[in-house]
Amino acid sequence: MTEAEPVQLPVTFTGAKSTNGPLVVIGGVEGQVGWDDLASVTLPSGEVRRGLVLEIHHDLAVVQLLQGTSGIDPGTVTVSFEGRPLEIPVGEGWLGRVWTGMGEPLDGGPPMLSAQTRPVNGSPINPTVRSVPADPILTGISIIDGLTTLVRGQKLPIFSSAGLPHLELAAQLAAQANAGGEPFKVVFAAMGLPHADAATIRDVLEARSTSGDLALFLDTADDPVVQRILTPRIALTVAEYLAFECDQHVLVVLADMTSYCEAVREVSAARGEMPGRRAYPSYLYSDLASIYERCGRIRGKPGSLTLVPVLTMPANDITHPVPDLTGYITEGQIVLEPELHTAGIYPPVDVLNSLSRMMRKGTGEGRTRADHPPLAAQMIAGIARSQQSRDLSDLIGAAALTDTDRSYLDFAAAFAAQFVNQGVTETRTLDQTLQLAWNVVSILPRRELTMIPAADIDKYDTDGKDGKHG
Amino acid sequence: MTTAARENPAGRIVRINGPLVEVEDIGLVAMQEVIELGELRIPAEVLKIDGNVVTAQAYEYLGGMCVGDRAAGTGRPLSAPLGPALLGGIFDGLLRPLGGAAEFLTPGALGAHSAPGPFAFTPEKKVGDAAAGGMRIGVLAATGGVEHRVLVPPGVAGTLDWIAAAGDFASDGVIARIGDRDIALTELWPVRIPRPLGARRAAAAPLLTGQRALDLFYPIAKGDTAGVPGGFGTGKTMMLQQILKWSDADVIIFVGCGERGNELADAMADLAALKDPKTGRALLERTVVIANTSNMPVMAREASIYSGMTVAEYYRDMGYDALVIADSTSRWAEALREFSARAGELPAEEGFPARLASAIAAFYERAGRVTTLGGSTASVTAMGAVSPPGGDMTEPVTAQTERFIRCLWSLDRDLAYARHYPAVSWRLSFSRDVAIVGAWHAANGQPEWTRDRARAVGILSDADRLASVVELIGLAGLPARERMALLAGRWMREGVLQQNALGKNDASCGPAKQSALLALVLALYDACLEQVGAGRAAAEIEDLDLSAISRVRDDVGPDDAKGVERIRDTLMAKILAEPEAPSAADANPKPAATAQPEPKAGAKPQSAAA
Repeated sequence: MTEAEPVQLPVTFTGAKSTNGPLVVIGGVEGQVGWDDLASVTLPSGEVRRGLVLEIHHDLAVVQLLQGTSGIDPGTVTVSFEGRPLEIPVGEGWLGRVWTGMGEPLDGGPPMLSAQTRPVNGSPINPTVRSVPADPILTGISIIDGLTTLVRGQKLPIFSSAGLPHLELAAQLAAQANAGGEPFKVVFAAMGLPHADAATIRDVLEARSTSGDLALFLDTADDPVVQRILTPRIALTVAEYLAFECDQHVLVVLADMTSYCEAVREVSAARGEMPGRRAYPSYLYSDLASIYERCGRIRGKPGSLTLVPVLTMPANDITHPVPDLTGYITEGQIVLEPELHTAGIYPPVDVLNSLSRMMRKGTGEGRTRADHPPLAAQMIAGIARSQQSRDLSDLIGAAALTDTDRSYLDFAAAFAAQFVNQGVTETRTLDQTLQLAWNVVSILPRRELTMIPAADIDKYDTDGKDGKHG
Repeated sequence: MTTAARENPAGRIVRINGPLVEVEDIGLVAMQEVIELGELRIPAEVLKIDGNVVTAQAYEYLGGMCVGDRAAGTGRPLSAPLGPALLGGIFDGLLRPLGGAAEFLTPGALGAHSAPGPFAFTPEKKVGDAAAGGMRIGVLAATGGVEHRVLVPPGVAGTLDWIAAAGDFASDGVIARIGDRDIALTELWPVRIPRPLGARRAAAAPLLTGQRALDLFYPIAKGDTAGVPGGFGTGKTMMLQQILKWSDADVIIFVGCGERGNELADAMADLAALKDPKTGRALLERTVVIANTSNMPVMAREASIYSGMTVAEYYRDMGYDALVIADSTSRWAEALREFSARAGELPAEEGFPARLASAIAAFYERAGRVTTLGGSTASVTAMGAVSPPGGDMTEPVTAQTERFIRCLWSLDRDLAYARHYPAVSWRLSFSRDVAIVGAWHAANGQPEWTRDRARAVGILSDADRLASVVELIGLAGLPARERMALLAGRWMREGVLQQNALGKNDASCGPAKQSALLALVLALYDACLEQVGAGRAAAEIEDLDLSAISRVRDDVGPDDAKGVERIRDTLMAKILAEPEAPSAADANPKPAATAQPEPKAGAKPQSAAA
């Protein structure tokens, strides 16, 4: 890039000037090392660690080591630069395998090799070539398919808190999701999970992995923090290639984004950056956007990239920066609730706080079923109304309620027990889900079903034509 | 500003830290001048000059850039090309066209592009005519619903030495010469500098948005400013996109500033499909979209709202009423913060630089109703979404924005949770344009507008106050007149305030239908008060099926006031009809209508009666 003769790659330096936290400073790099280039640091033992150039100032380059600086004596290392940013090989070879958070084999198999490579940071999709997500992904989970439908190209996070079964839900979703017979692949990136959870996920997803439809990246809680920053980017780079160059529908599950954000905070602190809200760096919004916005559809391409980030809200606080910033970027959210979990309902989804903003486009005639959108709207309105009935019942006693209020209480109970509640390995077809919805909704008097066209009620509501209670 | 002819020796990059670079030996550059970095000529803006070392912020990703790479000045500050190719287009934060660019935006992808066209130019002046900045010298054949008027750029004066004959020109074609200055169809304007105007004028007419909660309750005048704070999920983007589609401005600039790509694609598809009720052309043809989605370079996001405002001023200068909508100014402020932290500025509140307030003011103060240099009356109206972190309305961007705007449309999470859309809060919102808009309505055949609005606001706040009383003592303990006020509050919310953005008839609501809906609720309320005053039991009226009130807005056409009046007559008959049988469920057999004075309109809501 300079007027001098071209630099021979890779360029190698012997010895670093200093180390500090995850950072290593290398001298004499002027004109030879580019910003954000990939560096390989070789220890005297032969161990190789990788890093990225964070800053160059005159002849000094500051390199952030992805696996930490533990055991490094700056005088004895060799550092070489490839003259390009971090890239990974791409292709179908990722599928059917288990990898570390850095993309190294974890299943005893060979490393991923491919002639094609892509930079892990990706590039923003030109907003003018995006097409609006409009087709559903069916997960076999009633509450999601029925009321917060996931749409191809959407980003729909699961907000949870400690102790709730969000990993079970994420794994079930990854194991069961499909695009109605069209080619469908799953990339699951686990970040900062305890070993036991990682093992569970591996077990649940084994069948799908064996059939070559799933790539699993496992970054465990004791892995070096810095590499966690790369895990979602590696997963998305793999997924982008499959979606936009191999015409597949790809679902990416990222669990747990809170661990990821903590890694970002830890690295930011090590770099001496000014802390923002709750000590997260002020660029956390842009950083999360650079991950979440990689999903979508591109006009003229059959593939799609759908993203389900999973995050735990510290102290169940939805205004914490991680859920708050995520909510500002994603298209809705599925919120899990401790109360329902205690009541033994799985998945414990808080219906009124949950929302899929793309659902309007992805459901109805030709997408799911014509009766689906009004039925879903009626169910949500019914649950909102049943809460008023419950408040009233708490206040004046159930005996004093009107018949209508009592039917709403019955409806809410059946909704939780029959419609929402489901087994962790149970797959329900869309027809099964909607039939359950009809069964539950017909508990209400017919005059209360104001959102559903009468013809649909006659067609589907087999036993509730004049209302069981009416 | 600097002179363009300055020759710069190539500078050398000596430091790269994210988008922040330091350059030595670049020679003479000015503050805020754009310099170009490396072989890809990535634009960067000068922030600091310290002797031989110049600090600049890059507008794109700098991966692979080395110390020692060259940098050169361009001799001008960050400038946007203003010309006939703007309407219907979609651009990045630096006003570089995105349409036709690559699917994935790699650094340098938005560099050179060919000039669109041709445009059919017709001169309106002749050689020898005196010319001054802002004067109209020609016109382009309409390519959309908006006539493109060709003006002499600000700051240019003299006599027309040459003007092109009628004919086709590319967007960068030269069509006239004044002195030694070539006048092209496209001119460059530095985006951070307001375009000059003749004189500021007082606002006089409303900008009708088609949204009842705004037009009736918190109206905005053309040339004024509004802020829209709301947490995620409160429907900010949805409401602003409704305004984008249905407001009665001539030209609308939508700045998607750090927001979602899918939503933007959705809005673009709608704009292309919807027709402008005034011109019958696609709404997209009166719209300029600046798209800097959240994953596009952060620094271009910072520039995007200035680019948007500059485009709005450009159309204002042609004599149009322009509207610029920035969604969201919080993301813009974050870009400012991110950058000032990197540049080592001292942080003030929450890490934002101390200049945040002046930066926000600089944006909103560019709005206004003016006499242009060319003598027309025109306006720029500005609206900005604010995304308070954690819904905290005391955070700096919300708090500073409130200081400079004329209207606050505060979106409420509780209303959104109850699926009350648009979730404009009547407790936290304000409009300082009520008197101006009221005077306009009075002059346009609706003298009762101001009075009706005041009553409506009073009913809403009474209903809130009474609802908290009911929570304590139950509905039965309330006097009949107060029970009617509660009922009227519900009608006001369901029949007037709520609006179905997806409804064919309700997505946009014309002024006549707005007033008719309000009059409907007020008339029914008066009738009810009369009935209970004459001794009728409150529960009897509450049991009537008046649910049609909340369906009128969907049932009659977008500006069908007559239709509303017909339904009013049916409902009125229902209220006035003799009851069939006395209701057994009545818990308030003896109306205590006179026990409590009628609450004053406009009373402040109180949290509890105790």
